Amino acid sequence: MTVVAGPPRPIPGPTRDYRFPAFERLTLPNGLTVVVAPVSKLPVVTVVALVDAGAAVDPPGCEGVAQLTAQALAEGTEQSDGTQLAERFERLGTALDTSADWDSTTIRITVTSERVAAALSLLAEVVRSPTFPEREVERLKQERLAELLQQQTEPRGLADDMFSRFAYAGDSRYALPDGGLEATVGSLTRDAVTAFYQSRYAPSSTTLIIVGDIDHTTAHAIAGDAFGTWEGRATSHPAPSDQPARLTRTVHIVGKADAPQSELRVGHVGVPRRHPKYFPIVVMNAILGGLFSSRINLNLREAHAYTYGAFSSFDWRRGAGPFTIATAVQSDVTDAALREIMLEIERMRSAEVTDAELTLATSYLDGVFPIRYESTTAIANALAALVSYALPDDYFDRYRIHIRAVTAGDILDAARAYVRPEHLQIVTVGDPSVIRAPLEALALGPVHVYDAEGNPAAV
Amino acid sequence: MRLPIDTFRLANGLFVTLSEDHTAPLVAVNLWYHVGSANERAGRTGFAHLFEHMLFQGSANVAANEHFELVQRAGGTLNGSTWLDRTNYFETVPSNQLAIALWLEADRMGRLLPAMTQQKLDTQRDVVKNERRWSVDNQPYGTWWEKLPALTFPPQHPFHHSLIGSMEDLSAASLEDISHFFATYYTPDNAVLSIAGDFDPADARRLVEEYYGPIPRGVGRPSLPPMEVPPTFGEWRREVVSDAVMLPRLYLAFRSPVFGSDGYYAASVCGAILGMRRGSRLQRALVRERQIAADATAFTFDLPKGSDLLVVDVTARPGIDGETLEQEVANEIDLLQANGVTDAEVERAVALIETDFVTSMQAAGERADKLSMFATYFGDPSLLNEQVDRYRQVRTSDVNAFIAKRLCADNRASLLYVPREGEAEPANVADLAETVV
Repeated sequence: MTVVAGPPRPIPGPTRDYRFPAFERLTLPNGLTVVVAPVSKLPVVTVVALVDAGAAVDPPGCEGVAQLTAQALAEGTEQSDGTQLAERFERLGTALDTSADWDSTTIRITVTSERVAAALSLLAEVVRSPTFPEREVERLKQERLAELLQQQTEPRGLADDMFSRFAYAGDSRYALPDGGLEATVGSLTRDAVTAFYQSRYAPSSTTLIIVGDIDHTTAHAIAGDAFGTWEGRATSHPAPSDQPARLTRTVHIVGKADAPQSELRVGHVGVPRRHPKYFPIVVMNAILGGLFSSRINLNLREAHAYTYGAFSSFDWRRGAGPFTIATAVQSDVTDAALREIMLEIERMRSAEVTDAELTLATSYLDGVFPIRYESTTAIANALAALVSYALPDDYFDRYRIHIRAVTAGDILDAARAYVRPEHLQIVTVGDPSVIRAPLEALALGPVHVYDAEGNPAAV
Repeated sequence: MRLPIDTFRLANGLFVTLSEDHTAPLVAVNLWYHVGSANERAGRTGFAHLFEHMLFQGSANVAANEHFELVQRAGGTLNGSTWLDRTNYFETVPSNQLAIALWLEADRMGRLLPAMTQQKLDTQRDVVKNERRWSVDNQPYGTWWEKLPALTFPPQHPFHHSLIGSMEDLSAASLEDISHFFATYYTPDNAVLSIAGDFDPADARRLVEEYYGPIPRGVGRPSLPPMEVPPTFGEWRREVVSDAVMLPRLYLAFRSPVFGSDGYYAASVCGAILGMRRGSRLQRALVRERQIAADATAFTFDLPKGSDLLVVDVTARPGIDGETLEQEVANEIDLLQANGVTDAEVERAVALIETDFVTSMQAAGERADKLSMFATYFGDPSLLNEQVDRYRQVRTSDVNAFIAKRLCADNRASLLYVPREGEAEPANVADLAETVV
């Protein structure tokens, strides 16, 4: 009954051109940069205020203050308290998202185009005149502490944080979570938040990005109205250390009794975002573990069924973020899964990828490019990255050309230079009574066991 | 905002919706099969989802995992998902690759079985078991997904049992089950195909007719057991779960009008008033003012048959026990019952919902998915264009009528997670883990 033959497999038609949305930049007399990208698909506009105030420049002892400051911005201004602010935004059909990643603080709204002027003026009020009420700062601190407490039984976040702790030197900001730890968050005060705000938030350290159903003239006019009279100066800050904790391969078991799976993180300190080999590294990673059809996922998931998924990534930051392979495997195959991961790393470094693998990765990264920028939010985030990493203005126009130019030889060079098996820190959150002996038998390096708080466990 | 929508139906029953948008050279293909965990037979919980995995294991003219590879090689994104009453499969590809996406979906709709093997089934069964361990068993509160439907729907109801399935039932699934499920539910007359984005309608129609036209119609799906349930629970149901969690969390569910009905929009607005964003009732009262909760949200399941659920999800702050959390949330609901909501609250909720909706429609994949949804549930994809108006038409009196009828004490189901003995929070939070290795 079934027709097995079916119609022949089709071949693609001619490609249609795509250009990343054109954008224009201008600088207001107070030093604030405005980037505008008109996109008229649907009647919405995304506005991002990007402030050069990331977690990487948290002062020592105040780790977590960049995120706490970002969250506290919306808790009150000279004109409104936090409840009134939420209501003023939300009556406009928008809600303020504020967050700090390693390199920047982002204050973002998406709003229907007819309400953009009012919403932008509110956003400016939050950025320019926050009051940081003591009670709300304290509440936000307690919410972060609650999150950290939750993480002790949440293996994914715990594995991520423990990996950073074991991968980076103790004096590197990257060793601690971007939101800070109990000890550092617990000691933050309203004064620390105010001081961070005053030293980092200023027109010269802020870029306003406006994307969507709006023209240049209108965007410039409302940006000038909202931010033109803002004054202040940001202090300069040193680049953070991104040194590794150790250069010997080590296994770290973080105990979670009776865990049905081991959360694995395998990696080491990677490379900074602005790197001459960025494109070969991106394509290499796609083949190693970036795609569903990558070597690591096809091996661990589709060939062995050890896991629901296994992926590798380079976390791009101004400093050297981590290179990590991440997966969760059934506890009793933790050693077998690790052995396969080590084999895939070796294979990546020992011979060139096949032409089929190379073209899969490059044609995916090339073809998917327009699909990444369907929404005003995605375009605004891309422009924020361009500003944050000081990428050239033609970066998006040249992205696909760079991807297509990567060769199998480039990939082998990148794997040999930037994936270093002898430096791997192997972190697993799992049940030590099941996985410790097998991991010791694998002999990848010394095996240390810790409790869920990262303290060495009594044996 | 009105999206252009066109439809046609093939002789074999396949319903097709088209929505053109030429602003970028990309196109989304989306298939809804009207089958989900509700259609599983006893002893086969989790089968609809396991079956979804098998659809990526190749078909007569596609090798195992080649579906993923071909779409990614085309520069596209893809996935599938299983829900209580439907399963969807979707790709977004550069517009010159529309044919391969349509061809791949047609090959597995028409010719899946020649590619099925015991080895593939065994592998995907283990992958799904690992998915269960990852998303349910080794995740704090992860079992809420199966415990809440079990608490809120009667034992024989199609929505009662676990979507991800039990380990035992997954172990029992056989190749024979695959053939039977495929023949019964994966037929053109039980599916909706949507295409949204940059395509030529005549070309698209020609491709659809060529690829899908020869696939035979099914023999008709068996009817589900009765879905209807009373509008309220008739009691306050409670289940307390001691689990490996650090903080109590409450899921408080109410039976609510089914998705798409007039009452649904009032319920949805009520959910937004309760738990959408910082200005919502629960976030203002419990997170900000009283500091009982670390977080609070509310959402609907969007079930179009039987009964929908409005669910409030609140996590305690350290130091607040489960009983107090439940009492505080109940007090807020009682307050709503006593005083109702204001015009300003309704306006805030509708404005937020409208912006979210319009914003989500920027993605071709999201548009295609919603077209398939409205076509599958109601036979009418143009309902997509009515949604903003449906929300704008909700009056404060509608929301208050919903509250009076459905938020009452005999229409509540509490699923309360509390820390297991020995896992309660330590006395002094600030003392934790200051050692940096």
